[in-house]
Amino acid sequence: MILQVEGLRKRFGRRVAVDAIGFEIAAGEIVGLLGPNGAGKTTTMRMIAGYLEPDEGMVKVFGVDVALDRARAAERIGYLPENNPLYDEMTPLAYLRFVAEARGVDAKAARGRVMRAAQAANIGEALTRPIEMISKGYRRRVGLAAALLNDPMLLVLDEPTDGLDPNQRGAVRGLIRDLAPERALLISTHSLEDVAAVCTRAIIIDRGRVIADDTPEALANRFPDGLEGAFRALTRGEAA
Amino acid sequence: MSKVLAIFRREMLAYFTTPAAYVFVAVFVFALGMFTFQAGRFFDLGRADLSAFFQFHPWLFMIFMPAVAMRLWAEDIRSGVIETLLTLPTPIWALVAGKFLAAWAIAAIALALTFPLWITVNVLGHPDNFAIAAGYLFSLLMAGAYIAIGAAMSALSASQVVAFVLAVLVSFAFTATGLPLVTEFMNGATGAETARMVAQLSALDHFEAAARGVIELRSLFYFLSLIAMFLAFTGLAIDARRQG
Repeated sequence: MILQVEGLRKRFGRRVAVDAIGFEIAAGEIVGLLGPNGAGKTTTMRMIAGYLEPDEGMVKVFGVDVALDRARAAERIGYLPENNPLYDEMTPLAYLRFVAEARGVDAKAARGRVMRAAQAANIGEALTRPIEMISKGYRRRVGLAAALLNDPMLLVLDEPTDGLDPNQRGAVRGLIRDLAPERALLISTHSLEDVAAVCTRAIIIDRGRVIADDTPEALANRFPDGLEGAFRALTRGEAA
Repeated sequence: MSKVLAIFRREMLAYFTTPAAYVFVAVFVFALGMFTFQAGRFFDLGRADLSAFFQFHPWLFMIFMPAVAMRLWAEDIRSGVIETLLTLPTPIWALVAGKFLAAWAIAAIALALTFPLWITVNVLGHPDNFAIAAGYLFSLLMAGAYIAIGAAMSALSASQVVAFVLAVLVSFAFTATGLPLVTEFMNGATGAETARMVAQLSALDHFEAAARGVIELRSLFYFLSLIAMFLAFTGLAIDARRQG
């Protein structure tokens, strides 16, 4: 099992953002994490990636407990944070080299890794232009390339297709499919279309709890309006 | 160490790909020159030393060093890049050290560009070059202390302006406690012993002796402690972000 999440809980003040969430992801699985705004998707992903400390519960990546050995776990995780923050004044080439070296890769090896990741994410011509000058689609690819630099076993992608045009969306979906066979992927998204197109499993969360965990097909078959009907019904608490 | 170097290089690149570092260095050198020649009356003193130059360092550093340090963390917090940094397999101390060293290097470059003054006093007379070297060494240490304060305040806020104002206030506290006005007030209010202790918390107290060429271990320890203390605070403030 590549990712094990058990009894994850997080509070912000009096608000419970994540309430005893648990699931597992095996190699080859592409899991879509769905839920309305404020359901706890980003908080869950942040805890898995090691950015936030859970109040309770445990995250294990390839057997390594994130809370106990964050650095070793981080070596196995590729993470694309929400809103894809980047250093705008840098070029994608310089940024990716920086991320590789900050991960402890020596300069010579970093060059090779950067070129491989840039090629996988299809950054191409934008590689040497300042990030502030490139399109949103290319920015997203830079974020994805940064997540791929360490050839991670687990990819955690928070809204990887958000704000992209249909062509860019298609390219990112293709990339996700290509990455899947040897890895586990956890993708947070609002796009049910993305889930139907690339995910092998969908986890729906609402108010910090897992309310459904099944294949997109099985979820779609349970409701008259398919996956969208399932999402609407489940997140309003009308059916389960 | 390679991780510290990676952070250091990125921060240096950030300083020099925007006008920030150039503007800082130019204004810093100009302001030091102005104060040395105008307020310090460098030529009128007729002395072959740099006391007119060093006497303004604590007060100028109190403003300039927070300006160098204010973006170190605040900008990453604002843009969200902090999330990327904290999910790398890079320990927080390496992030803190890399960023601090980059800002300190900018201060060192600015300070190094005042070397014509050192040459000038050697042309005009026979200064005590050891005393001048000691002045420069402690000036660099004091810059490090104020940058560490600036880094710590930057780690508390997503706003560079807030970080700057907080850093100036804390730096002022660590400077003004050595003023005779404060010492006299403390003497009357709390007694001589407390007044002396408070005065010793001031960078003024430790820097003035060093600027005259008197190197004291306690002053060296003072500046290094300030750096270590505020960098540790920075690390704790950044790590606390994991609590959400």
